[in-house]
Amino acid sequence: MEQKMEQNRTAWDRVQTAREEKRPHASDYIAKIFDGFMELRGDRLFGDDRAVIGGIAGIGKRYVTVIGQQKGRSAKENRHRNFGMMKPEGYRKALRLMKQADKFGRPVILFIDTPGAFCGVDAEERGQGEAIARNLFEMAGLRVPVLAIVIGEGGSGGALALGVANEVWMLENSIYSVLSPEGFAAILWKDGKRAAEAAEVMKITADELCEAGIVEKVIPEPEAADREHMDELAGYMKQEILSFLGRYDRMTSEEILNQRYERFRRMAVPGSV
Amino acid sequence: MLRGKFKKTETIPAGEDFPESTFPAGGMPDTGRETGKNRSRKEVPDGLFRKCDACRKILYEEDIRENWYCCPECGKNFRIDPWTRIHMLTDKDSFEEWDPDLTGDDPLSFPGYEEKLRDMRGKTGLTEAVVTGQALIRGSRTALGVMSPDFIMGSMGTAVGEKITRMVERATAERLPVILFCCSGGARMQEGIFSLMQMAKTSQALKRHDEAGLLYVPVLTDPTTGGVTASFAMLGDVILAEPGALIGFAGARVIRQTIGQKLPEGFQSAEFLQKHGFVDRIVRREQMRTTLGVLLQSCACR
Ligand SMILES: [Zn+2]
Repeated sequence: MEQKMEQNRTAWDRVQTAREEKRPHASDYIAKIFDGFMELRGDRLFGDDRAVIGGIAGIGKRYVTVIGQQKGRSAKENRHRNFGMMKPEGYRKALRLMKQADKFGRPVILFIDTPGAFCGVDAEERGQGEAIARNLFEMAGLRVPVLAIVIGEGGSGGALALGVANEVWMLENSIYSVLSPEGFAAILWKDGKRAAEAAEVMKITADELCEAGIVEKVIPEPEAADREHMDELAGYMKQEILSFLGRYDRMTSEEILNQRYERFRRMAVPGSV
Repeated sequence: MLRGKFKKTETIPAGEDFPESTFPAGGMPDTGRETGKNRSRKEVPDGLFRKCDACRKILYEEDIRENWYCCPECGKNFRIDPWTRIHMLTDKDSFEEWDPDLTGDDPLSFPGYEEKLRDMRGKTGLTEAVVTGQALIRGSRTALGVMSPDFIMGSMGTAVGEKITRMVERATAERLPVILFCCSGGARMQEGIFSLMQMAKTSQALKRHDEAGLLYVPVLTDPTTGGVTASFAMLGDVILAEPGALIGFAGARVIRQTIGQKLPEGFQSAEFLQKHGFVDRIVRREQMRTTLGVLLQSCACR
């Protein structure tokens, strides 16, 4: 019954769910899935972006590096977290922690949840484009396994900058898109109010993206994820993460690098006139 | 061999600014043409005059052509098509195009997109928003990509991402440098998430090119924005830009809405980017060939 209802949901329904306030955030998953977490802060260049948290976590008697885009709940918290919209220093902090993971052989687990990279004068001055580009470039060289999980909104380049992974998974009610449906409708139809219609054509839902080969796995949400009742969901994700780590344990760093390269290399639809 | 190249270097001017390269024009034999005159393969068809969109002066098309497609009055760098650019830059008849017939698809089955592509192909004579290949620049062989401002605003869809990736991969295999003239409104919205993925695809190819010890020079031309700025445009060993080019990640309108106030003077111009440390040199068009020539030679020492 429940399952059926979920399947009939439109893409626009899922956009709404992905943005719901009761939806668990990165910190909730970190607390529920991992056996301990030690946050490490700062990009060593400018500051510490609170829209992203990262550090060392334990899972299944091993250490991993965990990084997550962090939204807030109250207005105050959202100001502090900048609604999960990272600035260049955030991307540079994430990259610093990923390189640290690479140095010490820790796998990297990323939680993606952002409307997009922050758009502002200061972000441009400090090189928002360069910071995102650098992450794409350097993540391609990580010799440790990298897993990215879209838990809410996967907004554009701001999400992809944490998404150059060996596998990308999505929660059933999360979205991943080139631009928000509102922005897409505004650009292509000059009418931001046609967002619901845009959501249907954009291929932004977990199921559509899995079918298109953009993501590897859809994490089912029998009921829309809710931070008050997320034990079962977190338990399932923990098992899946452990099985991911086990699979990649058997691979050499060369194989891990090549697998990630080929994953993105396939993402074209070449034709010819 | 190096002696000849440095012999004519001018004395360093006072102060900190080196607006012009002090490298001599000599060095490797220059088999190309000397001015911008008659470099366009396709002659400008629409009339004898054009109004400069910067200084509003009425200009002769021929004067513009002879002035490297820049305004003779105010210096504004007009947007130019890839073939004009290629003819301006490369040694005579040295350009060999790669993947000329590669095109994308319509992965979202987006209403009107296929029509739009057909229309664009007719209007521009291009199959997609980038031309790639190899050429000689002042005698140095290089892979060369040039994006088109006219083809759906130079936006990056799957075909653009694929052509650039193939160019970079082939350059890595053949141990060639890569020069890429960027000009783009960002991701090709009509291809949705598939265009977003091109940012990762092109960047990872450049990573391997970099690891092979090869030179990559993006040249940022007007406009370079969005997903292109957030991928290959910012990953050069040396990053060049044309004067006055608009370069940025987020659109000015979006930022204005976010901050609710006016933007600073010159925001997101090439000069702004240079001031903030993201562009090595701003290069005028008549200097571009020499500048690239020096970079290609100086990085071929290994
Ligand atoms: Zn003018």
